[in-house]
Amino acid sequence: MDGLQRGSAAVVGVAESDLGQVADGMSIIDLMAQGVKRALDDCGLGLKDVDGLFSATTQSRLSVLALAEYLGIDPPFLGSTIVGGSSFEYHVAHAVGAIALGLCNVAVIAYGSTQRSVGRKQASVREVNPYETPFKPFMPASAYALAASRHMHEFGTTREQLAAVAVAAREWALLNPAAWEKKPLTIEGVLSSRMVSYPFTVRDCCLVTDGGGAIVVTSAERAKSLRKAPAYVLGCGQSVTHASISSMPDLTVTGALTAGKTAYAMARLGPAEIDVVELYDAFTINTILFLEDLGFCKKGEGGAFVSGGRIAPGGSLAVNTNGGGLSYCHPGMYGLFLLIEAVRQLRGECGARQVKNCEVALAHGNGGVLSSQATVILGTQATL
Amino acid sequence: MPSNQDAPLKTYLDHLGRGELAYQFSPEAGRAVFYPRVLCPFTGSDRLEWRVSKGLGTVYATTVVHPADGRPFNVALIDCDEGFRLMSRVEDIAPEQVQIGQRVRFRVHQGGGEEPPQPVFVPVESA
Repeated sequence: MDGLQRGSAAVVGVAESDLGQVADGMSIIDLMAQGVKRALDDCGLGLKDVDGLFSATTQSRLSVLALAEYLGIDPPFLGSTIVGGSSFEYHVAHAVGAIALGLCNVAVIAYGSTQRSVGRKQASVREVNPYETPFKPFMPASAYALAASRHMHEFGTTREQLAAVAVAAREWALLNPAAWEKKPLTIEGVLSSRMVSYPFTVRDCCLVTDGGGAIVVTSAERAKSLRKAPAYVLGCGQSVTHASISSMPDLTVTGALTAGKTAYAMARLGPAEIDVVELYDAFTINTILFLEDLGFCKKGEGGAFVSGGRIAPGGSLAVNTNGGGLSYCHPGMYGLFLLIEAVRQLRGECGARQVKNCEVALAHGNGGVLSSQATVILGTQATL
Repeated sequence: MPSNQDAPLKTYLDHLGRGELAYQFSPEAGRAVFYPRVLCPFTGSDRLEWRVSKGLGTVYATTVVHPADGRPFNVALIDCDEGFRLMSRVEDIAPEQVQIGQRVRFRVHQGGGEEPPQPVFVPVESA
């Protein structure tokens, strides 16, 4: 098995749709189409160039068909892998493979959600699991809370350390004009907020916003002639360890371990060479777990690692520089926004939150309840 | 020859209805399988034996859910001594007093009407 080739394709266009609370009556496909238009404009391509189309959303069963119809295109390659919030990191890997095989040359990956406008219950179908649902866990928060309880028990991780993740995200968000949250947050403010599922208060949990966007992936060859500097796909990796939290083998170790190892091996890079880290922070424990499993610190040391402003602006590692799902935007499947921010950091487009000398970015998506994990490592021309 | 195999869930709930916590055992893997299914996730074999747990276990992870209205309640993952884990709730103590590592014993809540029976747990000392 040859697998994907390092640097054979690149992300060349990225854009958010409207975010936060979108206008009345906007549909998820309206938001996807906004994202597609803006992402194509970002790289100087047009709809006529698109021959690969990917989408994922919780609000449409056949969203890629709806999107193709809406855009008036008939792309020969379609992808609708849906594994939760990490779907878009999977789509990148699938697009790279499809481009290498000649199945398509310009792949657009789109997302849209109106979960804030229509309400969380309307936005995703509640699935009944006869072995879990009767106990009324508040999903997905309770699943992550169970993981946090185990991390606290085994490693002495504290609620203050969890809160430090939310505070760092907020500090980054205050540097991002597109972020939903505009006010400072303190550790005490996190701890004293409304309890949702112990040890999480509402401030340990991601936002509930609308939003969407799109990215454009093409071959390294074609990328050279486009409008902006390409973000080459250096590494991809995926892992699924379970679907429901009661089947997760070890609540303190996620599939990010396997996904990260695979992506690092393909990229021929390690955590020490990553300049900016975008992690799917659906809950504060996520950031801690993924920093450990992706090798930025040892297992069990994530709580200490995130404390003292170490992942905040000016800290030793730039993590979730857009403000993350905790403070920037979280329409339900946040994974696409990790890729958008990673690309913008590599291009140097991030203004006040720009990470200096940013050559390699890691985006790590999470889906379900720590279930599907997918890592994408992107790099500038200099890293090829 | 296809046959109408009983749904694993039905067999499980039938046991619960009799006050038993049932699980499957995979002879080829030499270990317990839970939730019940038609093949073993460790070997791929469809040879699975039904067994009844002694009902003793240890709290593996715990949370307290704070609903928007109503009283907080416990949700826990329990590691049963036979080597399988399930989601449940520890009762008879305040939800925030449930501790990881605590020994617990199975008790069945018989459902009524459309509600199926549920396996719940209580601290061993109060069982």
